[in-house]
Amino acid sequence: MAHPIKLQIQFGGGAELLFDSIKSRTIELPAIDKYFPECQREKWTIKELLVWMKDNLLRERPELFLQGDSVRPGILVLVNDTDWELYDELSYELLEGDTIAFISTLHGG
Amino acid sequence: MPVPCATGCGRNASLKRPKTGDALCKECFFWAFETEIHFTITRGELFNRGDSVAVAASGGKDSTVLAHVLKTLNERYNYGLNLILLSIDEGITGYRDDSLETVMQNSADYVMPLKILSYKDLYGWTMDEIVAQIGRKNNCTFCGVFRRQALDRGAALLNVKCIATGHNADDIAETVLMNVLRGDIARLKRCTAISTGSEGTIPRVKPLKYSYEKEIVMYAHYKKLVYFSTECVFAPNAYRGHARALLKDLEKIRPTCIMDIIYSGETMSVKEEVTLPTQRTCSRCNFVSSQEVCKACVLLEGLNKGLPKLGIGKSSKAKRMLEEYNAKQNDSLQEAISEINDEFKKNNCISKGKVCKSNCKSKENKHSTTDLNTVDANTNSCEQVHSNEVTDDNKETKCCNKKQYCTNKKTNETNESNSKAEKLLAEYGIPESSDKPNSIEETNSSQDKVCEIDVSNSVDNEEFDVDLHTNDEVILKEEDNTCAGACGKVDSLHIGF
Ligand SMILES: [Zn+2]
Ligand SMILES: [Zn+2]
Ligand SMILES: [Zn+2]
Repeated sequence: MAHPIKLQIQFGGGAELLFDSIKSRTIELPAIDKYFPECQREKWTIKELLVWMKDNLLRERPELFLQGDSVRPGILVLVNDTDWELYDELSYELLEGDTIAFISTLHGG
Repeated sequence: MPVPCATGCGRNASLKRPKTGDALCKECFFWAFETEIHFTITRGELFNRGDSVAVAASGGKDSTVLAHVLKTLNERYNYGLNLILLSIDEGITGYRDDSLETVMQNSADYVMPLKILSYKDLYGWTMDEIVAQIGRKNNCTFCGVFRRQALDRGAALLNVKCIATGHNADDIAETVLMNVLRGDIARLKRCTAISTGSEGTIPRVKPLKYSYEKEIVMYAHYKKLVYFSTECVFAPNAYRGHARALLKDLEKIRPTCIMDIIYSGETMSVKEEVTLPTQRTCSRCNFVSSQEVCKACVLLEGLNKGLPKLGIGKSSKAKRMLEEYNAKQNDSLQEAISEINDEFKKNNCISKGKVCKSNCKSKENKHSTTDLNTVDANTNSCEQVHSNEVTDDNKETKCCNKKQYCTNKKTNETNESNSKAEKLLAEYGIPESSDKPNSIEETNSSQDKVCEIDVSNSVDNEEFDVDLHTNDEVILKEEDNTCAGACGKVDSLHIGF
């Protein structure tokens, strides 16, 4: 059975500027079949998380954060402080209590 | 599933290195990252024992990591370097507060002296004052051109052996690509050099030349280094933006493309028959320039003459503007302006010692007095030399080199021109100096005062001003004169006097 999960999401390196300058927030994702009725999966992956973020958190200029169905190249994603490239990137299945960080390398200083 | 660290240290890996594809734990990554920079430094012979090195510090990720790593390596390998943070404050209201705060924090954290120099210190104008003259539209040209030379001027003031900048591998690959896309062969040849600088200038070195942006950001993240990030620096549709996006897209597919592009840039050779513009020094300020008179001096001339648009756009237009300007001015006004320039130059010279800016030429004076303000680099004391030759032989002088308006003519100035001068002074917001322009004693003594540079005086009490569209991390690193990737404006100044 699909059920809601709670996550911590964090922004850094300037990515927070696209999200009301809030660096860290706790979010609760609804059961995935509630949010994506078509979805066959039981568990949220980062791919769906990005869609949810676009719908619910990203206010403007989504092209600065997203490209295709992933993040824009140059934005690093960390799953519990580990490079998502060591997991399955978009298809990483989110677990209750996970911390997902988005750190931009594209923003200047 | 956790991935084990590729070194076999027994810990779990934290990141995948883009350069090698290795999965490393934090500790092994720190070691690899720092050691590679150490090899870059030693193989490139970037420093010599005992050198004073200015670390160009913007508060951004690259310069923050650079400062941290240089400090670490300096201690670990006993380089014997005297590291100084050098920051430029362009004086744009609302922009620099946070980044300069970050730099000050770095200075405290790393126990490294910090020198913040303002555009006012270096050029006599703040960006706010320039914006008031020129408007928002063209100020990028100014901030880009001024920024480019600011480090050189600042480093000269600090009397350092070289400037270390935070250019990373991604930046350099991007620059190679941009130079190819612009057909800029001269810069293409130069841009991959790990150390740049012709003789007589202070070399710039790039210890992070082979460090990936991703690793720099991960290093800062895992080390919890404090850095400042601005709004996204490149408009996705600007020319540079496209190039950068292309590079990031390629890097995503094949991360080694960054090193490959740098390698291509390094090994590409230019056909002999291709003539390259030679690098030389500006005949007015003696800093590096591709023209006889550098762009900063052209822009300053425009500002000081009340023709702020001079130097923006085509050179033919600039020449026309100058001609119209000269035709329009009657003698007395011209003298008034010259006097402003003189006074202004005095102020400049007084406040920055080694740095000298603009030049006012008098059309009707064929014999102008040449004024050489020489700063002895070792003692930081200034001497003023008077000679009666006419202009152009001054290129050899190492220091402050300015051509002065003929002083003999000055005596018959009218009250009218003085009042005009005052009005113009007020308009420029330049405080009227009580010094008479040609009082050598006074000038000398005040120069002595200011030419003493106190490097240990790490925190300036100046007000820091700001602007959100500029990105100095990029600009500090820019080889060209765009203000930032953001506007993607390629400099359009090709002026010959
Ligand atoms: Zn390890
Ligand atoms: Zn700009
Ligand atoms: Zn110059």
